Amino acid sequence: MNRLLNKLKQHQFLFEELVKRDFKKKYKGTFLGMGWSILSPLLTLLVMKLVFSVFFASNVEHITTYIFTGNIVFMFFNEATSQGMTSLISNASIFTKVNVPKYLFLLSKNVQTLINFSLTLILLAIFCVLDHIAFTWKIVLLVYPIVLLVLFNLGVSLILSALYVFFRDMQYLWSFFTMLLMYTSAIFYSIDRYSPTVQNMFLANPIYLFIRYFRKILIDASIPSFGYHLLMLFDVVVVLSVGCLIYKKNNTKFLYYV
Amino acid sequence: MSILEAKNVSIRYITGDFKDIGLKEYVLRRIRNDYHVTEFWADRDVSFTLERGEMLGIIGSNGAGKSTLLKAVSGIMEPTKGSIHREGSIAALLELASGFDGELTVKENAYLRGAMLGYTRKFMDDTYQQIIDFAELQKFEDRPFKQLSSGMKSRLAFSIACLVKPDILILDEVLSVGDGAFRKKSEEKMREIINGGATTILVSHSLEQVRMMCTKVLWLHKGRQIDLSTDINNVCDRYQQFLEGKLKL
Repeated sequence: MNRLLNKLKQHQFLFEELVKRDFKKKYKGTFLGMGWSILSPLLTLLVMKLVFSVFFASNVEHITTYIFTGNIVFMFFNEATSQGMTSLISNASIFTKVNVPKYLFLLSKNVQTLINFSLTLILLAIFCVLDHIAFTWKIVLLVYPIVLLVLFNLGVSLILSALYVFFRDMQYLWSFFTMLLMYTSAIFYSIDRYSPTVQNMFLANPIYLFIRYFRKILIDASIPSFGYHLLMLFDVVVVLSVGCLIYKKNNTKFLYYV
Repeated sequence: MSILEAKNVSIRYITGDFKDIGLKEYVLRRIRNDYHVTEFWADRDVSFTLERGEMLGIIGSNGAGKSTLLKAVSGIMEPTKGSIHREGSIAALLELASGFDGELTVKENAYLRGAMLGYTRKFMDDTYQQIIDFAELQKFEDRPFKQLSSGMKSRLAFSIACLVKPDILILDEVLSVGDGAFRKKSEEKMREIINGGATTILVSHSLEQVRMMCTKVLWLHKGRQIDLSTDINNVCDRYQQFLEGKLKL
């Protein structure tokens, strides 16, 4: 850990420049620029709310907050991992010429998506107020799922970006997988009507865990159990260790595949 | 203690079907038993040591394993066998003109490249104007990089790279950049760095350059070490004969 921090410090300038570059390139040629970070979750929310409260007449309480939490958590995950996946390949011209830690490229992409996510969190706070949700001290606990989600995204991106170097098919497989994940994360429906067995099956979905944590704190003003915290931590540790291992093992192999 | 020591370095390179084939092809070829990966030794049993201030010239025809060896020395690749020991900081100037981002401006690219070479932000702030002046790109600072001509690109690359002050300097065909006036300027600058006391490795196709500047020469052929000697002229003469077909290996 200490060595990692030292290395990061040593490459701090490069890291900052990479973050800057990723930011500039992301919004290059768009009229609204960073405005899209706010506009696109809002538009998604609008569509979902229209479809599920009007057409399907869903009767979830605080439906706006309910859908929005699910949405922003899922979008953060989706954005960080899909973009993280290509970050190693797209920097091939750099790491084949300069000896830099390869995870820097991934970290810079993740920082960029994290900034986007922070913007949507501000939006979430506004929606909570509009939705007449009373803020309690428990909001502080949201730090836990946010930190874990960042690490989880990082772990998944590590795995994906390595696989993507070897098989470019990953791009299509992953977009299919995230679609599947979106429908099984209870973003716009409630799982109350399912049997307890099915409800427990949802707990196997790490993204659902994150979403549910947010909703519990914000909408129910209750704290998830200790076991629930452990389960989330377990998912993150597993994914992150697998990712780091893959990188460690293939560190000098990536070169041959680009 | 030597500044740089390469001991019996062998590097195995793999090429073959694994590149750009995708998952379906991979599985199909595996099933058909038609999946081939060829391994070859880009470098075999190469050894040399360098003391402070020495300059090693590496010569050899295409595919001799020069670039691969440099990548191992700079730490981008790891030797399959053998070991490389380095003392102090290292800067490798390989294929300078590539690795820029066409979408970013000249200024942004300059900072990014500086960061890649291990400079600090303060150093870049201080020397940025000097870099632009040297590259003669004052009017292009805020232009997207892709609008530059290839000569301009390599001029910028050189101007940033020539500010390095490493203990070990690796140069891969970077001495000859640009045209006429700039070429002269860049060669002068290069000599300045080399005379600055850095231990240098130079890969060059110009024997004249090697004869003039190097204190040691390493001749590689198809990955094998043909000769390592401080008798520059002797090795260069024989290499010349080899190139002219008068000498068979």
